[in-house]
Amino acid sequence: MSGRELKPDGTDLKPDGTHVKPSVAPGVRLGQVSFVWRPWFVSVTLLLAAATFLVFCVSIGVGDFPIGLSRVIATIFGGGERVDEFVIMDLRMPRALAGLVVGIALGVSGAITQSIARNPLASPDILGITGGASAVSVFLVTVSGGASAAIVNSVGLSAAALAGGLGTGLLVYFLAWRRGIDGFRLILIGISVSAVMEAITTWLLVTADIRDVARAQAWLVGSLDNRSWDEVWVALWCSLVLLVVVSCAAFQFKPMHFGDEVAAGLGVRYAMVRAVLLLCAVLLAAVAVSAAGPVPFVALVAPQVAMRLARCPTPPMVASGLVGALLLIGADLVARTALPISLPVGVVTAAIGGPFLVYLLVRANLR
Amino acid sequence: MQGDPVVAQYITEIESGVRDASRLAARGVTVGYGGRMVIDGLDVAIPPGVITTIIGPNGCGKSTLLRTLSRLLKPTRGTVVLDGDDIVKLRTRDVAKKLGLLPQAPVAPEGLTVSDLVARGRHPHQSWLRQWSSDDAAVVERALAMTGVSDLADRPVDSLSGGQRQRVWISMTLAQGTDLLLLDEPTTYLDLAHAIDVLDLVDDLHESGCTVVMVLHDLNLATRYSDNLVVMREGAILAQGHPRDVITAELLHEAFGLRAKVIDDPVGDRPLIVPIGRTHVQLD
Repeated sequence: MSGRELKPDGTDLKPDGTHVKPSVAPGVRLGQVSFVWRPWFVSVTLLLAAATFLVFCVSIGVGDFPIGLSRVIATIFGGGERVDEFVIMDLRMPRALAGLVVGIALGVSGAITQSIARNPLASPDILGITGGASAVSVFLVTVSGGASAAIVNSVGLSAAALAGGLGTGLLVYFLAWRRGIDGFRLILIGISVSAVMEAITTWLLVTADIRDVARAQAWLVGSLDNRSWDEVWVALWCSLVLLVVVSCAAFQFKPMHFGDEVAAGLGVRYAMVRAVLLLCAVLLAAVAVSAAGPVPFVALVAPQVAMRLARCPTPPMVASGLVGALLLIGADLVARTALPISLPVGVVTAAIGGPFLVYLLVRANLR
Repeated sequence: MQGDPVVAQYITEIESGVRDASRLAARGVTVGYGGRMVIDGLDVAIPPGVITTIIGPNGCGKSTLLRTLSRLLKPTRGTVVLDGDDIVKLRTRDVAKKLGLLPQAPVAPEGLTVSDLVARGRHPHQSWLRQWSSDDAAVVERALAMTGVSDLADRPVDSLSGGQRQRVWISMTLAQGTDLLLLDEPTTYLDLAHAIDVLDLVDDLHESGCTVVMVLHDLNLATRYSDNLVVMREGAILAQGHPRDVITAELLHEAFGLRAKVIDDPVGDRPLIVPIGRTHVQLD
């Protein structure tokens, strides 16, 4: 066999010149379940989960009535005092859970869109989902705002954002569909539709009553303030269902990183898998936006950070969701405590996400 | 090497309907892209255990035919038969267990290692619960060894040369565990030395019992490495058979509009095509 002519990397040779056995990943078997054992990947994911839980608890403990970490954890697992229980479960848990759910939803949504488009820029922000959600929400606030403030309670706003995000996401999908989905076409159409949605938003803000504008602006930055259990439950259940679907489809998605034709050759019905996953990504992003407003950059940055931490060639779904949650809860914590005035979380994620994107691009330039 | 009379006999038998045991065959297929018809009512049978190469001028439908045979394209009329079943009616996963396909110039994500890429070839045999087993590891190790890339297993695919990369992709299709390989221009973008290297590998696979169908651009390489040539023009088959029987100056002119002289290969037992251009030519 002519393979002898190929010069292996020197590191592949033992000192005596013989070749080492190829390092095919070992498998792990637990009953009927078997998977590839990747120690680094698993450790990073577990560490991220632990870090997310820790920041989640710290975020709950911090406030006008500070509660220690051990008391927070005890209360979450049902063993705390009554005062702590009231403060934690009734007052602070909705905000923290909203941060967790929104962060995970944005991270996973970004991982899916970036994988499908095979482009790190393809985040739900760029694909028009956030833009559409914003335009519809601002429309609701400014047009009906002064007259019937009662409808425009936060639940109405969430529903409007969900509808707007979903509608725009589907519009972009169908406009980009031409005998299949092409990454570049999806991004270009997403950018165009986003621009139109932004124009509508700006137009609505310019022509609206100044008090409505202030209210709309606050929502447009993205914030976890004043979450209620009702809103959080909706977001939580929607995300859970969607994440189950995503985890089922993710296995079939693995070969699709090599392109449609290779995936088809490996027995994947790629058009269906992609449609299901893209729909899940749109829905996850829409749920996130409806729960916390258009929080910028999380969906873009989280998968890229997760990829580098877990040393994966493609965005890892679970780790992306965890990094998203970590980033969002962490940013919310910083926004509430580190600065003299309390800021909406979106300001901090943008302040972290922007420079990080620049760093990624500069690093790619230097390579 | 299979004796060419055997192949010729086989093709005659299939065409006359005596025998219906070809592993892969197209029966009266019509294929096109969005209304534009590329292939119209084409019949072809792939003899088992040999290398079949589809050649023809640009746009004649050779890649379309290969994509139809591999189920990437669904014919609007006619059927493709794989081991006796209509390929359209088979489950995608079952097709992938019987037939390995390497599309033209596939791209791997940056940073993906060779062993991870080849391991993906096990996908048709895996499920959500059963994502990796020791069987998989054994097959992947064998696929790496067969293609001579075992020593590169830990290297990122994008750090390899074009020829090595193509070996790795072929290794992935081997890991599928099929003995029927469809390769769409496996030598695209490769220099001649690497192209020869890849085709030697294809010949190794054929020697070990694989049936190979490929599309090639280089006529001399196709002639040297194939046992069965399928010559296409404008979506139809112009000639099929052993290179010695098929390759003639007349056929080359008819298929490609190419003026060429066909001589005996000084180093082989196949014909050699010498194209006649315009300059620096002295014809007797």
